[in-house]
Amino acid sequence: MISFIAQRIAKAIVVLFALVVLNFFLIRMAPGDPALVMAGEAGAGDQVFLAQLREKFGLDQPLPVQLFLYVKGILSLDLGFSFRQQMPVATLILQRLPATLLLTGTAFAISLAFGILFGALAARFAGTWADTTITVAALIFYATPLFWVALMAILLFSVTLDWLPSFGYETVGANYTGLAHVLDVAAHLILPATTIGLFFMATYARMTRASMLEVVRLDFVKTARAKGLSDTVIQRRHVLRNALLPVVTLAGLQAGTLVGGAVLTETVFAWPGIGRLMYEALLQRDYNLLLGVFVVCSAMVLAFNLITDLVYRSVDPRIEFAS
Amino acid sequence: MSKRKILMSFAVLCMLSTSAVAEGPKAGGVVNAVIQPEPPSLMMGLVQNGPTQMIAGNIYEGLLRYSPKLDPLPGLAESWTVSEDGKIYTFKLVKGATWHDGKPFTSADVLFSIEFLKQTHARARGNLVQLDKVEAPDQSTVVFTLKQPFGPFIGIFEVGSLPMIPKHIYEGTDFKTNPANNTPIGTGPFMFREWQKGSFIRLVKNPSYHVKGKPNIDEIYWHVIPDAAARSVAYETGKVDVLPGGSVENFDVPRLSKLKNTCVTGAGWEFFSPHSWLWLNNRAGPTANKKFRQALMFAIDRSMAKDVVWNGLGKVATGPSGSAIKYYTGAVPKYDYDPAKAKALLKEANYKGEKVRMLPLPYGETWQRWAEMVKQNLQDVGINVEMMATDVPGWNQKVSEWDYDIAFTYLYQYGDPALGVGRNYVSSQIAKGSPFNNVEGYSNPEIDKLFADGAVAFPDAARGEIYAKAQKILVEDVPVAWMLELQFPTITRCSVKNLITTGIGVNDGFRDAWIEK
Repeated sequence: MISFIAQRIAKAIVVLFALVVLNFFLIRMAPGDPALVMAGEAGAGDQVFLAQLREKFGLDQPLPVQLFLYVKGILSLDLGFSFRQQMPVATLILQRLPATLLLTGTAFAISLAFGILFGALAARFAGTWADTTITVAALIFYATPLFWVALMAILLFSVTLDWLPSFGYETVGANYTGLAHVLDVAAHLILPATTIGLFFMATYARMTRASMLEVVRLDFVKTARAKGLSDTVIQRRHVLRNALLPVVTLAGLQAGTLVGGAVLTETVFAWPGIGRLMYEALLQRDYNLLLGVFVVCSAMVLAFNLITDLVYRSVDPRIEFAS
Repeated sequence: MSKRKILMSFAVLCMLSTSAVAEGPKAGGVVNAVIQPEPPSLMMGLVQNGPTQMIAGNIYEGLLRYSPKLDPLPGLAESWTVSEDGKIYTFKLVKGATWHDGKPFTSADVLFSIEFLKQTHARARGNLVQLDKVEAPDQSTVVFTLKQPFGPFIGIFEVGSLPMIPKHIYEGTDFKTNPANNTPIGTGPFMFREWQKGSFIRLVKNPSYHVKGKPNIDEIYWHVIPDAAARSVAYETGKVDVLPGGSVENFDVPRLSKLKNTCVTGAGWEFFSPHSWLWLNNRAGPTANKKFRQALMFAIDRSMAKDVVWNGLGKVATGPSGSAIKYYTGAVPKYDYDPAKAKALLKEANYKGEKVRMLPLPYGETWQRWAEMVKQNLQDVGINVEMMATDVPGWNQKVSEWDYDIAFTYLYQYGDPALGVGRNYVSSQIAKGSPFNNVEGYSNPEIDKLFADGAVAFPDAARGEIYAKAQKILVEDVPVAWMLELQFPTITRCSVKNLITTGIGVNDGFRDAWIEK
């Protein structure tokens, strides 16, 4: 197993390197550069100003030289300097990472827990009104665009009912500490986390349900039933456990997007996370920052792929590590 | 007068006098405002983009401020004189002004700021070309000597154009990498306290501000909310009290202004006078033909755009100068909406339906809708318009490389034709690679001469004649299609009083503002 992990990490590093180079060129193919954007925001900029900016950012160097310098930096774990924000990229990302992880992590937990729960319930009571309700709800949330759900949630819970805050990470200026602070952040977290969570929750529910209904027809379930096991035990230990493999695959994919996947939600809810940082970096052609976020996201995806493989094995011991 | 009447008038008098007392500025309170987008830095000497100016105008100060009529008011200079030949400007600085770290503000800081800004501030560099030398005979006097009289000179001392920079912090350092850039130090009414990237910026009252009794407000929080709809909701739900101009989409303004305890004003843009126009490519394609350009002016229903897209805010532009800035004249050829005339001109221009590429300004929904409306107007008179889609960097590049036929834009005018108008029409400003110069490629020696003379003509009356002539020629030639004098409404709770008092509006800081409880 150790050699399996070592091999996978070695491969991941090669993939990551290829991604850095690919991303580098992809970003540069977009029109416009950060100097023009910054001059544009200032509403003025003569040739001297633009030349100064380009020289400072190293944008006056030929592209291969820029790539060489960038890769050299990456190899020494230096993600570079953000043009616009005048700060090291690593610092910027680390500042934003906790908020994003809190948001997507909560969404992940909510969607996985409730998705599997509702899916299992629907399968258990297949054909009844409970099943129909869950299936229809899942279909609706699966098909509705996230931003629309977010806006409707804000309209209902913030504007009309005034129960939950509509933006931000905490109540600015309130200076809560201890439990009050935790509750404050939690109140801010509910809407965005649920918004992201709903889509995946629906997916998990649908998948769990379908997968369980398939497993329930298999011979070993009949055997279990013949042994005289109670229905609950059969459903939980024999059916659900076997039905979870496709859900794990999907969860692995969702986990890969934990860092970069919340652009829309973070923007609508003014959540100070990585998704927004990336989006703003894109709009400002802040190449180093954008590449930095890409690198971190890619590394995250690769890491979660590895973790998913390991989880597979613990869910289904029949799966072996081929080296 | 009956007894009752006397009693009544006495009661009214009492009420008046108590209410007069109640209306005086009150100290204390916190203001929550919206900022969009998040500024890259608050160091005003290095960065001058919109959001930076809006926040940093509280931290830094210029030597002068400007009334809504653009007359100079005291700032860090308490008085000033101009020599009779218009070449020597002498400023007396206020006494007792200090930097936020306690060091006194002196004439040495002014001299240093001029040198600093010449290196870092594109606009200041342009504004200071006529400066021969600047001297400080004593701690509180600064003397500017010009090479020749330069009328607009008195208009360049606003905080965004010439902010004062602390010498003791920046002298002898690399300005751009100085760690103090992250904790800006100015002389202004508010001090920088905290910046949670992506969330908020917090400013607190400067207790030793040089204007006694000011500021009234204790703290300002600037909230970073990236989504326009979320910004209106933040106001609606009472989380923010101030939406500076441009923070919400224009179509949300009527709805928000109907909310309880809400005041809306279009004031505070007189100095900048954002002027919108369509950059017409004068070099190639149908837009190179003057008749075609005039046809565009007749084809576009600008007052309808004002009413529908901009909710009636702003004014239809009559020419290159906005009506709020100096030497404006309305006595120019008129282009009222007239599709028939436009069609006739297109025929004269021998337009055969060639494709015309139009570049909207990617600044949100309002601009997108405006572009669609103009496209419709142009199609109605038979112009074959193709819309180009870009994001902001793409727009900058396309415009800078002259890769368009019609492009939406707006530029600030800075109160004087020599500062913010001429740059778009004189041939010396034709340079590829920048979107802030003569992008349309209009070149007319007569106009070049008029703007060159206008900047240095003396006295002021002479300037007026020159600019009136220039405006007439330009409006006849239509190098660009002028659209509207924009007005970005500032939306506030009515309890926030006295927020906008000068020609640069919110950018002049919250120094005079107070909150009614």
